[in-house]
Amino acid sequence: MSETAMNGDSRIGVYVCHCGTNIAGTVDVEAVAEFAGGLRGVAVARTYKYMCSDPGQELIKQDIRDNNLQRVVVAACSPSLHEATFRRATEEGGINPYYFHMVNIREHDAWVHEDTDEATVKAKDLIRAAVHRVRFHKPLERQKVDVNPDVMVVGAGIAGIHAALTLANAGKKVYLVEREPSIGGHMAKFDKTFPTLDCAACILTPKMTEVGAHPNITLWTYSEVEEVDGYVGNYKVKVRHRPRFIIEEACVGCLECIEVCVFRRGKTPDEFNLGLSKRKPIYIPFPQAVPQIVTIDPDTCIEFRTGKCKKTCVEVCADRNAIDFQQTETFDEVDVGTVILATGFKTFDAKRIPYYGYGRYDAVYTALEVERLVNSSGPTEGQVVLRDGRKPESIGIVHCVGSRDRNTNTYCSRVCCMYSLKLAHLLKERTGAEIYNFYIDMRTPGKDFEEFYNRVGEEGVHFIRGKVADVYPEGGDSERVVLQAEDTLLGRMRKIPVDMVVLATGLEPQADAEEVRRTFNITCASGGFFMERHPKLAPVSTFTDGIFLAGACQGPKDIPDTVAQAGAAAAEAMALIDARFVEMDPNTAYVVTEDCSGCKTCIPLCPFSAISRVEGKAEINPILCKGCGTCVAACPSGAIRQNLFEDEEIYEEILGVLAHA
Amino acid sequence: MPEKTEQTETSSDSYEPRIVAFFCNWCTYLAADLAGTSRMKYAPNARVIRVMCSGRVDPQFVLDAFAQGADGVLIGGCHPGDCHYQEGNYKALRRYKMLKRVLDDLGLEEERLRLEWISAAEADKLRDVMDEMAEQLSALGPAQLEVSEEDLEAMSAVEEVTA
Repeated sequence: MSETAMNGDSRIGVYVCHCGTNIAGTVDVEAVAEFAGGLRGVAVARTYKYMCSDPGQELIKQDIRDNNLQRVVVAACSPSLHEATFRRATEEGGINPYYFHMVNIREHDAWVHEDTDEATVKAKDLIRAAVHRVRFHKPLERQKVDVNPDVMVVGAGIAGIHAALTLANAGKKVYLVEREPSIGGHMAKFDKTFPTLDCAACILTPKMTEVGAHPNITLWTYSEVEEVDGYVGNYKVKVRHRPRFIIEEACVGCLECIEVCVFRRGKTPDEFNLGLSKRKPIYIPFPQAVPQIVTIDPDTCIEFRTGKCKKTCVEVCADRNAIDFQQTETFDEVDVGTVILATGFKTFDAKRIPYYGYGRYDAVYTALEVERLVNSSGPTEGQVVLRDGRKPESIGIVHCVGSRDRNTNTYCSRVCCMYSLKLAHLLKERTGAEIYNFYIDMRTPGKDFEEFYNRVGEEGVHFIRGKVADVYPEGGDSERVVLQAEDTLLGRMRKIPVDMVVLATGLEPQADAEEVRRTFNITCASGGFFMERHPKLAPVSTFTDGIFLAGACQGPKDIPDTVAQAGAAAAEAMALIDARFVEMDPNTAYVVTEDCSGCKTCIPLCPFSAISRVEGKAEINPILCKGCGTCVAACPSGAIRQNLFEDEEIYEEILGVLAHA
Repeated sequence: MPEKTEQTETSSDSYEPRIVAFFCNWCTYLAADLAGTSRMKYAPNARVIRVMCSGRVDPQFVLDAFAQGADGVLIGGCHPGDCHYQEGNYKALRRYKMLKRVLDDLGLEEERLRLEWISAAEADKLRDVMDEMAEQLSALGPAQLEVSEEDLEAMSAVEEVTA
């Protein structure tokens, strides 16, 4: 290929970062710089302790001015960290920011190799490739696009609620989408919250009501996001509203229809109470539900199943006529600039560990079920009674069910120790039972958490360090089950008969997390949670600009952390909105029209429909193009090119990394 | 082809395979970043060239790498269904299958070209693939490929069929 961009007399500056000892500890940076200085076109080659520091950046700027540099190469950490920093420095030095190329000799070299010789050779190869490539760089300009000020928040648990309210109170218009009939999420099911023992409903329901009444929030419950299109600042989201067979605007939440339903008592397991009680086919999930709108379940409603119901509900609603058996699903399509995903978690299915006997022994409950049992609006109105009506006199709480276990999930779910302590306290308070906590390690890393642990210990709750290996019936006439575990502090086997077992199930991604992830183009992190852009420095951003994360969809976390993250996500969204525009990286594809044969190969390849055929030639809309380069690789006549990833730039890199043999 | 003059010291007597790795910006490149942050250790044979998407990998890049003396080429992309650009990785797969046939015709062993789906969270997989490929290629010895400019041009004709 020809060297069109620059000739051998180009003036390139190469900067090799020590990164303290992070790079210099493994790579011989001086040797690398000396080598770089001998490469064709290199006018300056230096090392510096921290290139990203102000003096480091100043070096680049100074050299551009003093030595008339035309291109800049920095060999340091990953471009995902500091590419933007050095592009800015290059620009401030007085040349186009895209006359810069970054070489990753930390994450991809110094940190993953031990042998200095090998790591140094690799650094030289990578720098040679960059020096080769950067000569071909062209001046590019970032494109500005407007940011739509409206925001969509997906999921209305405490994370979504808090994010939506923060934005709405700042005057932004928010679409809040929730798939359940009511907002509130998991938090609405809890009785108390650790470690303060605040009543969950008392602190949550005021926020729920505020959401329902807020003029800036459009609340869509019983709805799900169907499709997402567009790009940062300009997303188009299609939302599907499931029919609840109630005209939402007409229903006032008097609940008389539930009262008069031909089912005198509920017969369907109540989802909100995890099946511990029954609900009617027409129902409201819980008394404080927002919105206060009933829902009809067509699978159990007699009218839907036989068409021969007396329809007492319709009769009683005659003045408002809110019931509509003909309702079908509807769709809304809205434009938003940013999206906050707050889709939450699901609890681990305890049946996956058969030896804990969940689903087999009546005495075994999951922690979430017990949350409902101790809740005064729960199935037993706060009375802790077993399935057979007895009051438990001894209770075992099994920690780490579905967490920290190679057979299920290896991660720690972070909240189970604390909620187990909370339940231990509440169960002790309500029943006076003997309570045994079986734990592997007690994890209480939070404000006032350790103090709470001590308090529960002082209340007489027993702690046994050991993983429960088996749960089995005591036998004979006994209704009890025996928990067997090795007490690793005493060094002996313990067999403790109890009336009730509470399984502290861990947190997992939602069952459809993968689908949601793909709809919003979010990267998958370990365990199937959504991946943040950077674990420390961009914890609520994602790799898709304009889409932010809040709450347990990103990983297990408690309510304080969830709320903090929701606030952060709202702030990130606002930062974009208030900037009014966003600059797009210029790595888009473009067509060299005179080379295009009009073969149309590229058109069906583009997943974003960015390519059209104009007067027999391909044309790429730079706003729609996301810069993947698939069409570039496919164009048989080489007429499509990609900014920053031009063919010759990549060929030069190939040549550069291989040239030493 | 431009100059090929700059020489670094050749490392040692023992044969070290040279691998050119094309990693997509969103999954495999980040997996390599994570491997670094996690201080995992793996074979130093690969040189990573970053592309936005595995779909950007022109079959000619791969052929060119072999022509320039690579002993192996590794393409890393997002898992099927996880592509940042929806389906670029499927295009990569299609081209990979075509390339396999071409490389076979050129007498190159199957292990020399590898396509791997490595997500941003799978640093351990990246390490394993790097090590395994280096080991396999060490066993195979240097790639024996003589490709003339004419051959390369002929190959670009093949590419048109599979674009």
